[in-house]
Amino acid sequence: MAQNQSEIRYLTPQSVDTKKKKYCRFKRSGIKYIDYKDPEFLKKFLNEQGKILPRRLTGTSLKYQRMVAQAIKRARHLALLPYVTDMMK
Amino acid sequence: MNHYETVFILTPVLSDVQMKEAVDKFKTVLKSNNAEILNEENWGLRKLAYPIEKKSTGFYQLLEFTAEPEIVNTLETQFRRDERVIRFLTTKMEKYAIEYSEKRRKKTNAPAEDKAVKPVKKAVEASNNE
Repeated sequence: MAQNQSEIRYLTPQSVDTKKKKYCRFKRSGIKYIDYKDPEFLKKFLNEQGKILPRRLTGTSLKYQRMVAQAIKRARHLALLPYVTDMMK
Repeated sequence: MNHYETVFILTPVLSDVQMKEAVDKFKTVLKSNNAEILNEENWGLRKLAYPIEKKSTGFYQLLEFTAEPEIVNTLETQFRRDERVIRFLTTKMEKYAIEYSEKRRKKTNAPAEDKAVKPVKKAVEASNNE
C-alpha cells in the first residue's frame, strides 16, 4: 500500500516547488558597467549555442539586459565569444 | 576631449619584435595627434573564438586614451590600411566604464607586486608543511 502511494505521487507532477524569485544580479550587486573584455562572465548569459538568453530566464532588468547584449556583441566582434557554436559549456 | 578604449588583434605570423613594432606604430599615431595614452595592455597570443582570415590565434592589444573625436577616424583608417591588423574595436567610455577600468588597472598592477611577495609566502608555507 505504501508503495502504491509513492507511485501515485510520482505520476502527478508536483507544482508545489516554491519558486525562487528571480532578481537582477546587476541591481543587487551594484554593477554599473558590463565589461565586454571578460568572456567568462558574459558566458553566464549565453546558452550552449552561444545565443543570448532572454530576460525571462536570467531575471536581468531591461536596462542591464541591453548592456549585456551590447557587451556580448562587442565580445563576438573581437572573437572573444563565438557567433555560433555547439556545446559551449 | 573624450575617453576612448581600443582593442585590436594582430596576425599571429608576426614575431614578438614585429608585434611590438606594430603596437608602437599605432601609439605614435595617437601621440602625434595629441592623444594621451592612459593605459595599455598586451594580452599576448590568444585563441580566437572563430577563425578570422583563416587564422585561429592572434595578438590582442588594448589601448586606452583621451583624444578629440576626429582622431578615432584617423586611427581607424590606419587600422584598415595595415595588413597586420585583423580586427579592431574602438569604444567611447562613459563614466562607469572609466571607473571600472581604473579599478582594473589597480588590480592588474597590484598582482604584479603580489607576485614578488607570494612565492616567498608559498615557500614559507611549504617549508612549514614539511
